[in-house]
Amino acid sequence: MEKKEMRAVYAETLIDLARENPDIVVLDADLMKANGTAAFAKAFPDRAVDCGVAEANMVGVASGLSAAGKIPFASTFACFASRRAYDQFFLSANYARLNVKLVGTDPGVTAKYNGGTHMPFEDLALMRVIPGLTIVEPSDPTSLAGFVRLAAAHRGCVYMRMPRTAANVLYGAAETFAFGKAKVLREGGDAAIVALGSVMVNEALAAAEALAAEGTHAAVIDALSLKPLDLDTLLRYARSTGRVVTCENAQIAGGLGGAVAEAILEAGVAAKFARIGIRDEFGEVGTVEYLIERYGITAAHIAAAVRSLT
Amino acid sequence: MTKETRTELEAKAREIRALTIDAIGYLGVGHIGGSMSVVDVLALLYYRHMRVDPAEPRRRDRDQLVLSKGHAGPALYATLASKGYFPEEWLHTLNVGGTNLPSHCDRNRTPGVDMTTGSLGQGISAACGIALGNRLNGISSNVYCIIGDGESDEGQVWEAAMFAAQYRLDKLVAFTDYNRMQIDGPTAEIMNLESLKAKWEAFGWFTQEVDGHDMEAMDGAVERAKANPGRPSMIILDTIKAKGFSLAEGQVGSHSMSFSYEDAKMAIADLKG
Ligand SMILES: Cc1ncc(C[n+]2csc(CCOP(=O)(O)OP(=O)(O)O)c2C)c(N)n1
Ligand SMILES: [Mg+2]
Repeated sequence: MEKKEMRAVYAETLIDLARENPDIVVLDADLMKANGTAAFAKAFPDRAVDCGVAEANMVGVASGLSAAGKIPFASTFACFASRRAYDQFFLSANYARLNVKLVGTDPGVTAKYNGGTHMPFEDLALMRVIPGLTIVEPSDPTSLAGFVRLAAAHRGCVYMRMPRTAANVLYGAAETFAFGKAKVLREGGDAAIVALGSVMVNEALAAAEALAAEGTHAAVIDALSLKPLDLDTLLRYARSTGRVVTCENAQIAGGLGGAVAEAILEAGVAAKFARIGIRDEFGEVGTVEYLIERYGITAAHIAAAVRSLT
Repeated sequence: MTKETRTELEAKAREIRALTIDAIGYLGVGHIGGSMSVVDVLALLYYRHMRVDPAEPRRRDRDQLVLSKGHAGPALYATLASKGYFPEEWLHTLNVGGTNLPSHCDRNRTPGVDMTTGSLGQGISAACGIALGNRLNGISSNVYCIIGDGESDEGQVWEAAMFAAQYRLDKLVAFTDYNRMQIDGPTAEIMNLESLKAKWEAFGWFTQEVDGHDMEAMDGAVERAKANPGRPSMIILDTIKAKGFSLAEGQVGSHSMSFSYEDAKMAIADLKG
């Protein structure tokens, strides 16, 4: 399968946007090389702001830039974007009704060798409780480019999770995306696997393939937009299949699993339900392959969860 | 410091450098730059100043070190292994799934590591708390802390600076690893710290500047810091990033880099000259 480096796509898209719109500015906190935004700095030196190792200040400055009419995209590792700058993002950006796009890189297990201190499993839950915030996790390079463009055009704050390294290309260049819209990547009438982010969507596709060989046909839904959630699609598949498994590279508490469970229960849909994700544990070091096994979030775990819902 | 002691400490530092390069090279990637720049001060502290017992790493009255720039963990692990806190073979498990030696310092995993760090700016606050706690407990041990120059961009560092002066934490001796580089480039270009000495003095600290690769100069500074009552101490170490790593000494790109085990062996040979 074709792969593209996510951070390269992030920077290219921002460069394209910046050519069209003079208000686009990009901030980072001493991770411009790591996050790919160094390429933007090369193309637009005056509109790239390296804040040094000072994430809280960066998000505060981004808020001020927004108040001055700019459209700031600020990036840092997702652990720091969420935990370190939470009050600034909550208050100066969101509560002040400004227009800050915060990009958290290395979500969940993709923090790999940086280990537990850098492994954000909690960012989705933290961000979900900020009123009105839009939260997305693109699953591939095409959806990443799509959501960066949507974020730039959207009036309001956005939190986006993004792995930095190469990811499988799942969508053609012509595909269009929207906040609050999931994508059905694979049809199936026996169960619905709802996955968020490139790691989990790829694992979910592998799980569906394995299940199909056993005669169980599971739909794979790429959630993409955690908030707003695509209730229409999710409830439709929950009703038609009666079996739902959510998959996230994050704590199951407060993230996708929590959001889908709430939606299904509140809608009165009777579906069997299981969650794949991190179960109240901290992160640790290792390769992605080691970590997904360690935390029980591989394709095999997803397939087993589907089978368990009889 | 006698000539003999100095030679011994320099030999220890060389041994720790070799172990650090070996550990990172065996894995193939890691924070070599900021690890190598603090090796000399680690050797000086663990082999001359710190009252510690590898057999009893959690003794209440021990001297402690908070490596606030937690990404330099590999240098601390090499130091602790050489001191006998754990077998040297552990160094080959750096960052391997299930390891006791994760890239950033973890007090629950590694014997001899006094504080968990990795989110820059947090360690120096914890060091303040340890020094204050010791005082409340009637323990007169020293608390050492090493911060990075890039790390000093974090506001929390300066909150801790004010705190330590307010509470007269004179058992706290902190170092800035002033290698003049952060990830994105020279600190002078990314976020200028100057005048760093004047800043720490203005915050009420007894502040000294020394060559961070000169054992004797550092030793004198630590002695003066320990003898200085009523104020916390900052020792600004003039260092070179990746010092002693022939493949990337003094280069910004050394912050976190990939290199083969063959390259590591070459670099270790260069070190031994
Ligand atoms: C709060 C926080 N932000 C970002 C990082 C990622 N990071 C790790 S090291 C580093 C640069 C630190 O520069 P410096 O303190 O000068 O390190 P040294 O040169 O000593 O290696 C950054 C930005 C981090 N670990 N913690
Ligand atoms: Mg530095």
